This record gives sequence, C-alpha cells and structure tokens, in this order.
Amino acid sequence: MTAATFEQPLRLEQIPSLTYTSTTDKFDETWRAPLSTLLGLGRAVGADFVEFFLERKNYISCLAEDDAITSIAPSLVSGAGVRVFKGSSDCYVSTNDLTFDGLKTALEKGLAIMDLAMPAASASVPEINLEPLRDYGVTRGKDNWLASCPSMQTMGEVLLEANTALGQKAEHIQARRASYFRDWQEVLVASSDGTFARDVRLTQSVGFSLLCADGEHRSSISERLGNTGDPSFLTAWDYTATAVKVAEAAGKMLYADYVESGNYPVIMANHFGGVIFHEACGHLLETTQIEKETTPFLNKKGQKVAHESLTAWDEGLSSEAFGTIDMDDEGMPVQRTLLIENGILKNFISDRAGEMRTGHPRTGSGRRQGYTHAAASRMRNTYIAPGNHTVEELFASVDKGIYCKKMGGGSVGPTGQFNFAVDEAYLIENGKITKPLKGATLIGEATGIMNKISMCSNDISLAPGFCGSVSGSVYVTVGQPHIKVDDITVGGR
Amino acid sequence: MTNIQTIAKQAEAIAQKLSIAKYDIYGSSVDETSVQVDKGKPKQVKASNRSSVIVRVWNDQNQIGVTSTTDTNEVGLEMALKTAYEASAFGVKENAPDFSPQAKASAAEIDFTKAAPAPVPELIETLVNAEKGVLAAHEAIVSVPYNGIAQRDIERFYLNSDGALRSEERTYASVYLYGKTAQEGRKPRAAGAMRFKTGIAQLDVDSCVQEAADKTISHLDYEKITSGKYPVVFSAEAFLSLLSAFSNMYNAQSILDNRSLSTAESIGTEVASPSLSVYDDELHPENVSSETFDGEGTPTRRLALIEKGVLKNFIHSAGTAKRMNAEPTGHASIGAKVSVGLNYIEVLPGESADDAYDLNTADGVVLIDELQALHAGVNSLQGSFSLPFDGWLLKDGKRISVESATVAGDFRDVLKSITHIEPEAEVTPGGVCPRVWVEALSITGEA
Repeated sequence: MTAATFEQPLRLEQIPSLTYTSTTDKFDETWRAPLSTLLGLGRAVGADFVEFFLERKNYISCLAEDDAITSIAPSLVSGAGVRVFKGSSDCYVSTNDLTFDGLKTALEKGLAIMDLAMPAASASVPEINLEPLRDYGVTRGKDNWLASCPSMQTMGEVLLEANTALGQKAEHIQARRASYFRDWQEVLVASSDGTFARDVRLTQSVGFSLLCADGEHRSSISERLGNTGDPSFLTAWDYTATAVKVAEAAGKMLYADYVESGNYPVIMANHFGGVIFHEACGHLLETTQIEKETTPFLNKKGQKVAHESLTAWDEGLSSEAFGTIDMDDEGMPVQRTLLIENGILKNFISDRAGEMRTGHPRTGSGRRQGYTHAAASRMRNTYIAPGNHTVEELFASVDKGIYCKKMGGGSVGPTGQFNFAVDEAYLIENGKITKPLKGATLIGEATGIMNKISMCSNDISLAPGFCGSVSGSVYVTVGQPHIKVDDITVGGR
Repeated sequence: MTNIQTIAKQAEAIAQKLSIAKYDIYGSSVDETSVQVDKGKPKQVKASNRSSVIVRVWNDQNQIGVTSTTDTNEVGLEMALKTAYEASAFGVKENAPDFSPQAKASAAEIDFTKAAPAPVPELIETLVNAEKGVLAAHEAIVSVPYNGIAQRDIERFYLNSDGALRSEERTYASVYLYGKTAQEGRKPRAAGAMRFKTGIAQLDVDSCVQEAADKTISHLDYEKITSGKYPVVFSAEAFLSLLSAFSNMYNAQSILDNRSLSTAESIGTEVASPSLSVYDDELHPENVSSETFDGEGTPTRRLALIEKGVLKNFIHSAGTAKRMNAEPTGHASIGAKVSVGLNYIEVLPGESADDAYDLNTADGVVLIDELQALHAGVNSLQGSFSLPFDGWLLKDGKRISVESATVAGDFRDVLKSITHIEPEAEVTPGGVCPRVWVEALSITGEA
C-alpha cells in the first residue's frame, strides 16, 4: 500500500491528490489509511460519529428437485455503507464502489444529507487513530473456510443422494426438494471512535421440502439444519435421519383434520418451538422497538413481565449456532445477554443507535443483512432456558389441548400482537397425543402470553432461523425446552 | 452502473476471450433515497446507489450456468462469466432454458416521464408534515412509529449474444404512514396507508394522511368477536394479497414442478364463481411501475388468468412455454432456475347489486381491510390459509373494529363462494380490484 505522507496535518484540499491502493481481495491493514482519512474528513466536517461497513460476499445455492440438480447459483457481492450521525439523527449511504473515490463520494453524500457543509479547502483533516486491526478472521482457521467448503460437484452429489434417501423414506410423494446454501462473508468495520475490526463468517444451511398428496389430501413439510463455521457441514449431514423425520411428519399430516378454532392449553415442542419467544417477546426487547415506542416492555426493566418459571437469553457465542458471530456488524464483540430471569426483565437487545437513543447499553447486537442496510438491534441465538419439569409432566397436566410439534413462521405487530403458524400439530386428550391436526395459527398479545408460560421442561434444543426486520434478513437461532402455555387462541376452521 | 452499450461490448469481448459462444445478461441499477422521521425530526435518511447483473452462459453441451455480481465493471463481468461457465458443467441437461423467442420482438411503447429527484430537505419536510397531520387527527394517536418516504430511479436492461438489447428507466416514489394509539385502560391500536407514484410531486400525501388517520381512528372502539362463520368482504388489498399468495394456481413453473394447486389440464376448468375475472396486466395504465419486458427480455402484456370463473391461461417463462407448447408471457425472472411471477393484477368490477351487498346496511358481516403474516399463515401448496387481519364487524352498517382475530379457509373454496363483486375498483400498488364478498369463512377471535 502506498499512501501520501504529510509532515503537516492533512488539509482538505490535499485529499483529491491522495492515492491509496488497498488490497482488493481482502480487508486488511491496507484499508487503515484510507478509512482513517475518510473518518477524519467526516468528523472535520462536523459529524458526531461516522462508521464505514465494508463487505465482500461469496454466496452459492444449490437445489435438487426429485432426481436432478435444477439450480446452482453463485453470487458475488461487494459494497460499503457509511453511516453519519449528527445528534440523534443519522443517515446511511451505500455503494458498490469500494475505491477510495467511491467511498469518499458516499461519505460526502451522507454529509450533505445531514446538512454538513464542507469547510474551507485549507481546513485541517485530523485522521482518526484507529485501533490495531482486531482481526477475528485469523482465528479458528477462518481465512481458510472458503477454500475448504464443498465444490459445486460435491454439493450436487450430496443433494442428489439426500433426495434419493427422502424418496425412499416417504410415501405419496408429489414433489421433493433438497437444497443447500453457503454464505461466506468478510466484513470490515471502521468508525470514528477508533473501531477497526474484521471478521469472516461462514453460514450454511441444508434441508428438505416434501410435498405429499393423496387425492384431495395434501401435506407439506420442510426441515432445515444450519451451521456457522464448519466447512464440512454439508458432507457430514446425516441426510437419512432428516429424511426419516420429514417423511414421518408428512405422512402423519397428510390425512390430518383441520384444527377446531378456540382457546386451548398448548404444549410447544423444543427446537423451533422457540419461535414463540422470538416473535412474542424477543423483537419487543430490541431497542428499535423502544425508539418507536412500539413495545409493551418500555420502562419495564427490573419489573416482572413473565411467569416466574421463565428465564431467557440472547447471545452470539454458542458454538456453530446459526446466530453465532464473533463481532457484531458495528465491530463490537458479542455478549451473552440475560433478557429475563425468573420472570423479571433484566436487559434489552441494543446496538449503537439504540444506546444513543434509549440509554440501554450496547450488547453486541448491531446486525444487518449486508452493506445496503444500516445496523439495528437484532437477536442472535435467543432461547428460553431449561426448567425443572419432564416432558411427561407437561403432557400429564393437559386434559384437552394442542401439541405444537413443529412451528412455521410468525410475526409481531406494532401493538405487541403476535401470530405464528403451526406446521405439525396434534390433539392432546387426557395427557396423550390422539390425532394429527393442521391449519392452526396461534395468536395473542405479548405481555399476556409471557405470563402464561407456566412449565418448562429440561430438554432445550436450538434451531436455525431467518429473521427479517428493519436491517434486512439475518441468521438467528431460536430455541427452548418443551413449554406449556396455559391458554392461547388457536385460529382454525 | 457502466453504460449498457459498454457492458454489451465488454461482455462480447470477454466471451470471445473465454470461448463462450452463448450468453445473456440482465442487469439493473438503483439510485434510491428514503427518509424516516420521529416526532417532527428526521430519524434516518438512507441513500443507495447499487448495481447488479446476472449472467447466464451456455456451454457446448447446451448446459447453462449462472452467476450474479454487484461488480459491474470489466473485471467483475469477466469473473461472473468465468464463474457462470464453471457452473454450467452442473446445469440441467433436460429442458435447459434458452433465449426467449420474443427477446427481440417489439415491446409496448410507454410514454413514461421520469420524475426529477426531490432534494432531501423536501422529503423530510413532506414527511414531517404528514406525521404532524396524522397526530393532529385525534388525541388518541400518540405516534406514527412506522413512516417513510422514498424515491427511486431504476435503470434495467437485458441483452444476449444473439443481438437482443433492451433497456428502460423508471422513477418511483412512495409514502407510508402507520399511526398508533394509546388510551388509558385500552389496548394500543394501529393502522396505516400507503401511496405510490412516479415522483414525489405526484404523490397525494394528504390523502395518505387522511386514510392513515381515518383507519387508525376507526380501530379505537374495538370489540372482541365471537368465533364462528361469518360472511366476509375482502378489501381490494386483502383480496389481491390472497390472489398473489396462491399464485402457484396460474404459475406454469409451479405446475411443472408439481407444486401447484393446478395441473396442466386445469386450463378451461371452472375454478371460481362466474362473477370473477382476473387479468395480469403489467402495462395497466394505473401500474406506476410498469415495465415493458421481463428478465428474459420477453415483452410484457395483458393476460387473462380467470375469465368468468374459468381458468384461461398460465403465466410463463420462455422455458415453461416451450415445455407446455405455449408462448412466453413476460413473467420471467432469470436465475439458475428461471422463476415465474405475477406482475400487476386486475380484477374486473362486478355489477350493482341489491341492498344485501351494501356495506352501509350490512349486518353480521366481517370487512377485512388487511391480511397479515401471509408469509406464515398461508400454505400455498395445500390451498389453506389461517391469517390474522385488521378489519371490522358490520352491525347495521356500523363498523366495529375487531380486536384480534384470524380468518381461515381454503383458497379454492373462497374463489367458488364469491357472492358479489362490487362495481367500483380500487387502485392499489399491487393491482386494481373491487371489494369482494364471500359467502362464509371461519373467524376466530381472541378470548
């Protein structure tokens, strides 16, 4: 890298003559000088805080339908976003142009949007003294991850073998799919508080989607597994076990009756059942919701917001879980954040803007889909902690209710009302599962439902998920042990 | 983004260098600015200038490989073509996609005038005033937590090694406002409105403010609804949501994949009440985002999907059309697997009816304004849905907001149990549609 060196402080008029040749295939120390200069420019013009987020992404997806590979889709992405704060307002400008001029143009656009005028040409530009590069990419062999991932050939072979296994395990098949994606991402964060940090992430997911039909009867079941950080994840996939699980569920749901709507006690399975906490409570603990005053948990820190049997965490540390990251997208190391302890609200999920606007300290939760989005407070691995009951005790406590074995997606609205679909459900009568049910949607209100989770078993399990919100789609983990909800509204026929 | 003619020349030179004889490229660039405000002040302004291209390469075995990239300069283009060529070794051998036979056919000529971008201060001022307008409408409206105004300038193109080259530019602007209430002892309520036009100057922000405020106020006096079967009236937006959510019914790719509610033999069958006629018309004059060609370069057009209750056509890509002996219809998006999707839906208005179908006098009828969580509550492969909604129970014509409820049913049954389609159509961002009355659906209220 060559950068002009000045005996005197850098002047605004000298910036156009600067030449930087940062490495183009890696974010490394060569990016320090140009980013120091640009961050200094932003501060010199009057911004309170400036942050650059640089990203390179190498993504590939592969799809097997029945006995053929029908899609292999590589995608190469690079870009940057610059965020400029003035007071509590901010703007975010993104660009595909990673050259010094491209980044400078984006910064100048941001400064102009914030109504910050360029000073005189002779004004000095004190470059920001960035910390030594905090490079998480050199840990755990991350810099070799991309090269160690399966080839296109291997992807195709594994998916075809897997889809064959599914074909052997299921009956009444109308269509079967096996799909995989690998998302390799390199990010660099540099900001005017001196943050200078790089990370490499590897996220993979593989799974089945099975559609069965017999006359007018239909069932569709999907199952996904996810991983961060293991290049051999696909080749190690026990697709036979997944195929058995999917085939069994689809077979049971094929002739299921539609659920009768009403209010029931519900037992929610562990694993992806954790989406109930994600939707009904997790989103409402993000500081973006406090900023909008759209959470019923506003000003409730330290107060009882849930049943005393409930303790919940959000963290980014669990080994290879889908929401695990070493640093967030604002360069902060992730934390393990206790959200609710024995029903008492302990902490919110906070990012930089959240801390600035709400006072709740950052938790390493500033996340974004990519360079086109500003970071926002988002969940990572979020789950209800295990309790002291056995699963059998939960079932034994229900005379007539619903067992939600596999949850679909859900959402929460601005008034705290949540909903989510149930993909695989069963009727419970006198503590026993009696028949499969389909077409159920659970609806409720966050503050109400949190006080109705009265029993937690001791069999916690985590599941990968995709969460869409203000800063795009991010990878998350949901999880819980089996839980009992005393009473919830079930929409159906 | 690099000039399209330049991309065409660069691609030709790179392809020659890499011995690639057949390729096509679809690309777009977006220049976008958006604003959110909070209590009279700008909260976040976003600006973005991004480009991307997707290249498809055919190898000498006629297998296809695809790569997309945001790096649209010569280096990025070469990398994309190389990677796509590598991927082509794993491309499908049967029914491999080909160029659209209509990639060079005449496309519709639309007299589109691009709107000049408004300066950011104007966007902020417009939205601050709009937020103020919603807040002033009623003392119970305490915030407008979801709001935004945006303008976009989009340039898109398609080219192929056979000499096809199309491009067009569009501008769009949108505003949305979502008010929220707070009243002592009452649950918070929220509702909103959105507008979509070619530019900021064309947006009717005042009517958006009025609609957002009126809707929010209309939900203040809410009541629980008793679970049961109710006659249902879908608003334009709600009915269009259902038509889109179950679009596999008219999607040729879904049919070929065995993931549709229809089969190839379904054309000509009665799938809905005879009162229902549905068209897909990207070129509809009310479609602000009207595009004249799809991702394969095929010209877009008006296409009958359902006429008087009978399924008339499927939407096609070049590949599905070839396999089903039909014509491509301008609904394709290119990718490693070409996808097919709806453009802009038009549901034809019905005829005037007697008082039984008058919202001003209706009794015991549920009017659904907006369906929520379609991503979760729709099982498009089974035809079933169970969805939360915003709406009202009509009692002697009086609208009583429903506190929290879901509507559930089977899409195919809904189409067949339409009892009335109102004579006035409403224009929405996703299509044009009148209110649609349906015989009876299950409504579940929160206890």
